[in-house]
Amino acid sequence: MLEALNNIVPLAICFTTPLLIIALGGLVSERSGVVNIGLEGILGFGAFTSAYVLNVVLNDFSFISLCIALVSGAIAGGFFSLIHAFASITMKANQVISGTALNILSPALAIYLSRIFAGSANIGIKQGFLKTNVPLLSKIPFLGVLFRDAYITSLLVLIIVIITWFILYRRPLGLRLRSCGENPHAADSAGINVNRMRYLGVFVSGTFAGLGGAIIITTYAGEFSINIYNGLGFLALAALIFGKWKPFGVLVAALFFGITKTSAEISTMNNLLKEMPQIIFTTFPYVATLIALVVFSKNSVSPKAAGEPFEAGKR
Amino acid sequence: MDSSKRIISAMIRYFLVPLLAVIFGFFICSIIMIISWQDPVKAFHALFEGAGLFGNIRRFGYTLLAMTPLILTGLSVALAFRTGLFNIGAAGQMLMGGFTAVLVGISFTNLPIIIHLPLAVISALVAGSLWAFIPGLLKARYRVHEVVSTIMMNWISMWSVYYFVPKLIKGGYETESLPIQETASLRTDFLTNLFEGTDVNLGIFISILSIIVVWWLLDKTTFGYELKATGFNKDSAKYAGMKVNRNIILSMMISGGLAGLAGATYYLGFTNKIIIGSLPSQGYDGISVALIGANHPVGILVSSFLLAIIQSGSDQMDAIANVPNEFVSIIVAVIILFAATNKTMKLWLDKFKKIIFRR
Amino acid sequence: MKYIIEMLDISKEFTGIVANDDITFQVKPGEIHALLGENGAGKSTLMSILFGLYKADKGTIKLNNNTVKIPNPKVASSLGIGMVHQHFKLVHNFTVTENIILGFENTRKFKIDTKTASESIKELSKKYKLEVDPNSYIEDISVGMQQRVEILKMLYRKADILIFDEPTAVLTPQEIQELLGIMKEMRKEGKTIIIITHKISEIYNLANRCTVIRKGKVISTFDVEKKSFEEISELIIGRKLNMELKREVVEKKPANFKIENLSVLDNRNLTAVNNLSLSAKPGEILGIAGVEGNGQSELIEAITGLRKVKSGHIYFNNNDIVNYSIRKRHEHGIGHIPQDRHKHGLVLDFTLENNLILATYYNKKFSKNGVLKRKEIKKHSEELINQFDIRAANGSNTICRSMSGGNQQKVIIAREIDQSPSLLIVAHPTRGLDIGAIEYIHGRLLEERKKGKTILLFSFELDEILKLSDRIAIMYNGKIVDTVVSSTTNENEIGLMMVGGIKNG
Repeated sequence: MLEALNNIVPLAICFTTPLLIIALGGLVSERSGVVNIGLEGILGFGAFTSAYVLNVVLNDFSFISLCIALVSGAIAGGFFSLIHAFASITMKANQVISGTALNILSPALAIYLSRIFAGSANIGIKQGFLKTNVPLLSKIPFLGVLFRDAYITSLLVLIIVIITWFILYRRPLGLRLRSCGENPHAADSAGINVNRMRYLGVFVSGTFAGLGGAIIITTYAGEFSINIYNGLGFLALAALIFGKWKPFGVLVAALFFGITKTSAEISTMNNLLKEMPQIIFTTFPYVATLIALVVFSKNSVSPKAAGEPFEAGKR
Repeated sequence: MDSSKRIISAMIRYFLVPLLAVIFGFFICSIIMIISWQDPVKAFHALFEGAGLFGNIRRFGYTLLAMTPLILTGLSVALAFRTGLFNIGAAGQMLMGGFTAVLVGISFTNLPIIIHLPLAVISALVAGSLWAFIPGLLKARYRVHEVVSTIMMNWISMWSVYYFVPKLIKGGYETESLPIQETASLRTDFLTNLFEGTDVNLGIFISILSIIVVWWLLDKTTFGYELKATGFNKDSAKYAGMKVNRNIILSMMISGGLAGLAGATYYLGFTNKIIIGSLPSQGYDGISVALIGANHPVGILVSSFLLAIIQSGSDQMDAIANVPNEFVSIIVAVIILFAATNKTMKLWLDKFKKIIFRR
Repeated sequence: MKYIIEMLDISKEFTGIVANDDITFQVKPGEIHALLGENGAGKSTLMSILFGLYKADKGTIKLNNNTVKIPNPKVASSLGIGMVHQHFKLVHNFTVTENIILGFENTRKFKIDTKTASESIKELSKKYKLEVDPNSYIEDISVGMQQRVEILKMLYRKADILIFDEPTAVLTPQEIQELLGIMKEMRKEGKTIIIITHKISEIYNLANRCTVIRKGKVISTFDVEKKSFEEISELIIGRKLNMELKREVVEKKPANFKIENLSVLDNRNLTAVNNLSLSAKPGEILGIAGVEGNGQSELIEAITGLRKVKSGHIYFNNNDIVNYSIRKRHEHGIGHIPQDRHKHGLVLDFTLENNLILATYYNKKFSKNGVLKRKEIKKHSEELINQFDIRAANGSNTICRSMSGGNQQKVIIAREIDQSPSLLIVAHPTRGLDIGAIEYIHGRLLEERKKGKTILLFSFELDEILKLSDRIAIMYNGKIVDTVVSSTTNENEIGLMMVGGIKNG
């Protein structure tokens, strides 16, 4: 049992890391009052950019290059998300529709650019980050398993979660951002520029999702193609709901999805479980998500004004 | 004077904004092409030529073939939108509909076509609506957001088909099913010959009939009235004594049934078998069709035609103008972005209209 | 210095509606200045311009004789202008302190310094007798308390010019007295106060001067003491008001509506209606008075079927309707004018004619075999538009969202009264409407009373309840504390019972 846990957890963390940072991106955006259903598209664009930078621009897979790829993925995600911000905040478009447009746009744009600039729809990644044991933290009894055999990016994401929490709940900026998601009219009358805050929220959400895509590229993907992230952005939305729009709630939710997904994959290698119908394992993560949503959706605590364009004249 | 004003504002509401969105879409994409050293005029000419708009009846047949399921998935998503739901699950519902239809199409032998074909088509309708029943129930009963639940259902449908096709109806290859019986096929010699050997099939009539039925249902019946009231404002529907939860589930099921029918036209009319491992892209394209068609049945007829042109002409565009065929999705996304900003666009148009009327 | 604020030649147009038409408005330092006018006259717009929420199309603002530009509320705050809005601008899941410091936070050790802030809030609330707990969450405190938070927000930002937009609309008579006291206190401290209201009685003994606005134009500015109540009200509505509503004598019959030992839970599963009993007769308006949040909403919902009851009975014409569906109650003759016309009363994106058949679309009159009879629906809507004087730009095809509040309410009232229900549940029928519409709706309700209908009237407006009701039941803490005959009581007595005080002798 303990051995199984030791096997599953490092793999689960691999999968959890990008999911977590993407869901956190969704959190920042929705906290500012903009529903971001385009996470899937944004992360794909971030993944494409980092793969492109790594393979074509740098053509080098050293630690420094990988870090540059991470940063460029994040920046690309941030700028890509500005399309959503412009449509939904400035042009007051329906946020769900404009997010959907990003999801349609991103894979097409990625493959188009990839074919034009890299010559093929897939971009190969020869070498990603290496797995290491995190110094000190991996020595902690029991919980140390979380930090053994892990990518450096997992630690990075954990730090980002903590910083995001601190800013959202302890800094003036966070208080202002959250007020825009709950009651933009209150924020407006307190002299806060609601639309600017929401632009910030969407931009940060784009950077996080883009970083998530870049993390996939620089860790376990091996190449850029649509299949490496297919559906992760939507799973992140589920994690956001499951985690009740709270940073550490999202952390737990992402870990839950990571473990269900990994145990489904590991089961195919296990002799005993091999005998059981495969469909049980292939659909397990999605059925588990549905069940989790049934349990947690009823008293949902989504930001009150998320999804509504802000119009100063309306009361 | 007054009525002409009203007609103009109605035209702006239903017609002008989507049209402008399409024009903007092509315009922006031309700019993208120019930036990446492509020739937009050549590309779009090739696109329309490839779709058979310049008189090639065979190519036009392929456009109609592509249009057939798009009408149905577009209607599916639009009906859900009109009743307050966002059904991203059309792909899964279409796949389940198609899978069931193919299963029926293979399993029954020696049935006359007059029974076998309708049976297969109806089983697709039923399967699609049952698949949509689950997210409908979850939404009504447990307030699970349908966007997330239908996406989960999509994956579940893909893996279910992946599992059951080799188990039940394994064909020549590991990844596909047996072909369906002739008696379950939507193809007819008449249509095939008319369009010079393409796979245009009876599905196109199913699609057009569905447009009429959906329009009638939403605009003319008490049932449609209830569904729309529930979609616009659940609380007032409840206040008026309507069964809100039942309506949500029924909306979802009708939407799923339409997607299931799309599966029937696609798998019984075109592929004649199921290929495992992916979700039909028409399911997602249905979202684009619905959004560009402003969720109106007539609009959907137009927008599904537009999308079909773009899809069936893209290979020609790739071959002649050397523009990757993924590019067409960029056109679609840009059109949707513009269509989504209709609120602000309308505002601008109203201002524009005012200036004209003042003169 | 003669004036502290001067708003000169201010005009503001919203798409198609002129809200402010060349308004000049001047306030002297240290005075309480009342801004009077009907709903929609343009008072709130004018003050929103002063507070930086809207931009005027034309005109200048002078502060202490200097021309200023106020592009946003932040600038207004820095100029010492504060505003308490009619709809409070508070974040429901933030604490009192967080709401007050929002936008003006100080930090210590990288964190928001809530500790120092809540201490200075405590000081302020002591100084001005504005009692609040800085650490409680907005959603957990009463409406009156929320208003205090709004006032503290202005004081915390060191505002000298305080704008109050309809501050008394949500308060009990006692709370109103307290608020007026607080305002006088603030005037003594040298603050300048502008109060927007349409209740003339409140400004006597309070305001120094007042300005009347009608249809976007200034009608007159004068010292309050120099004009009588009637003179001011004529200025506001532009004609004489017929003050006396006729309440004709109706033959009394035995009660046909009875509630016995009813208990209802609220959304948080706490008891909202607690073992409540009451009864009402045909031809009677039974007013139900009470402070918001004492179980009225839950009681309305229980009677109309929107909410399940925990225990007890509701009898209507000798049938226990507790387990009837909403539709069945409707078919048995219960009409419902809901408290929130946007949430329950209308499908705002439907046309007028579609809203008029919201609960009856399935009747034989409007449909056959499940197909709507469009012609009948249009005819029906045209009839009601005439009969109830509903004003709508495109007649039956008008989308209800684009209609004014008064006309939206008329749509609901037309729909419900047209059913000729024998029991009418009426909740806050005139909230947010102007005097003309209020007059009309009151007249309609009295007409229904005359026809022998049983009417339950829920309202937070005591004048409304006193004016219309035959008897008044006072609701407090989920119970009816007492029922009084309206001709033998007064505002103060009821107000006292509304906050749990017991009627003396």
